[in-house]
Amino acid sequence: MIEARGLTKRFGDTVAVDNLSFDVEPGRITGFLGPNGAGKTTTMRLILGLDHPSGGSVTVNGKKLSQLAWPMRQVGALLDAKAVHGGRSAYNHLLCLAQTNDLPRHRVDEVLELVGLRDVARKRARGFSLGMGQRLGIAAALLGDPSILMFDEPVNGLDPEGILWIRNLMKALAAEGRTVFVSSHLMSEMENTADHLIVIGRGRLISDCTTEEFIAANSQQSVRVRTPQRAQLAALAQAFGATVRDGDGQALVVLGMTPAQVGDLAFENGIRVHELAHEQASLEEAFMELTASAVEFRAGVPLGAEPAPVGAGEVA
Amino acid sequence: MAAVTTHEALVGGAVVHHPPGQAGFLDTVRSEFTKIRSVRSTYWTLLSLVVACVGIGALFSWGQTERVLRIRAQTGDFSGIKQSGVNQLIAQIHAQAASISLFGLLIGQLVIIVLGALTITSEYSTGMIRTSLASMPRRGTFFTAKAVVFGAVALVTGLVISFAAFFAGQAILSSQHVSTTLGHPGVLRTVIGGGLFLAVCGLLSFGIGAMLRHTAGAIASGIGLMFVVWILGQFLPAPPSGWFGQADIDKWIPFNAGSAIWENQANGLHPFSPWIGFAVFCSYAAVAIIGGLIVFLRRDA
Repeated sequence: MIEARGLTKRFGDTVAVDNLSFDVEPGRITGFLGPNGAGKTTTMRLILGLDHPSGGSVTVNGKKLSQLAWPMRQVGALLDAKAVHGGRSAYNHLLCLAQTNDLPRHRVDEVLELVGLRDVARKRARGFSLGMGQRLGIAAALLGDPSILMFDEPVNGLDPEGILWIRNLMKALAAEGRTVFVSSHLMSEMENTADHLIVIGRGRLISDCTTEEFIAANSQQSVRVRTPQRAQLAALAQAFGATVRDGDGQALVVLGMTPAQVGDLAFENGIRVHELAHEQASLEEAFMELTASAVEFRAGVPLGAEPAPVGAGEVA
Repeated sequence: MAAVTTHEALVGGAVVHHPPGQAGFLDTVRSEFTKIRSVRSTYWTLLSLVVACVGIGALFSWGQTERVLRIRAQTGDFSGIKQSGVNQLIAQIHAQAASISLFGLLIGQLVIIVLGALTITSEYSTGMIRTSLASMPRRGTFFTAKAVVFGAVALVTGLVISFAAFFAGQAILSSQHVSTTLGHPGVLRTVIGGGLFLAVCGLLSFGIGAMLRHTAGAIASGIGLMFVVWILGQFLPAPPSGWFGQADIDKWIPFNAGSAIWENQANGLHPFSPWIGFAVFCSYAAVAIIGGLIVFLRRDA
């Protein structure tokens, strides 16, 4: 269980984390979402005590990390794969970490086996690929068999096999009743993995809800219909109370009606329908709209093409 | 690659026994010792320390035997120097036999400065500090354990090297019968002092490294403080008479104060007495270490 209360971090004039309050509960995967520069890594550093908060507090299992009796046995973290001395072998890297928490040597062999690095255990970490580095970082996080696990952008730079491996690993860890807190800037990744989502932008909390709630609240349902009698169907749908937009070609996009309602409406009025499809805006789009006003670094948009601002913080 | 198919492959929860008590100083000491012995740079630096101290000490000792040889050859036909003067010169070299064999420490200090700085700055340059502090977040404990392990390694190798340089040097000086033994007054203190000097030098650099967190900056500052200040001290003009004597400034220069304990012959005309000088040098190192600790506790990692 991780509890943040009014957590704030300033670097000079920049507010990296702005009055964040949230709980990360055990037994499920909590996704920590936000665009680049939203303050995800800083928040994780604050949880680990690497940064001192400018205000508020954050505790793990009710205590600051430095007050935990055996920190590694309670919290394991993968911050970045490069937080390793390149001249040290994978085995010695893990051994020196294990020794700080009086963990037995055989535990080092176990986690090396678990992440698939046993064959390169005696090789220096400098020669590791990004994927191997991530695996070494995960091995370090698992070393103390902790009840809380944090992963900062764990799939960065991994191949599809590695991504699947990490996803399954996180699911298994959560199923064992552990707290799994994983950050990402990709909604699509979290959609398939996380049970709960904490979304931040510019250091502020935007949304804190289950993934289902997030999808329900943020994805726009629409019906795409192709017909030679566009004007007729559009008028009928508008009379029904739906919003109608032009789709590409001969299609109409109807918002506010189910596919069955659109089909019935066409049938009752003798309108020929060539295509009828249920469409769901991708969560990626929903996420981008939600955080649009909170993106710190945004590519320039040509004048006149500025997208309509979308209100943030509308989600429960 | 490991394919994780079952939870059993992950568990380990049943295997790892969580003991009472808490992660403490000795655990971190063990970890820091693993760190220092598991990177090659440690061995390379220690090897260059041996080469610098023993090798240069032996060269310098050889140079002194040549000098003795020359002085003896010139006896009789060298105008201006009487036999008593010649004897005096040779007696002087004989009296300095111990510190002559330790002359290599002048260069060796630069090597231990590098190792001391690297011990802490490599944590930052590699990013390892984040992993280290996540596993041992009690920063005071971490810092102390790191300093103690490095200090112990530096002291043990420093003593071994100091004794090795002494015996090598004496073997060479004995060819002209100007060598000494550990039994002579002050000689044992001089040789042990050589080891102490190297260790404290390293700790001073460790403190600077903790303050600056940057390898190149820390090494440059350490060498500047120990070596450049000392060299400048040799060239700066004396202060105006009526003020204080130059020796009053000279002896406070870190290298001069620190090398008083091994009676380095180049450390000024009126040095501190051996242990007072060493105490002054230790207090410099203490300032650096305490400064480093304050920075370490306060700043974000």
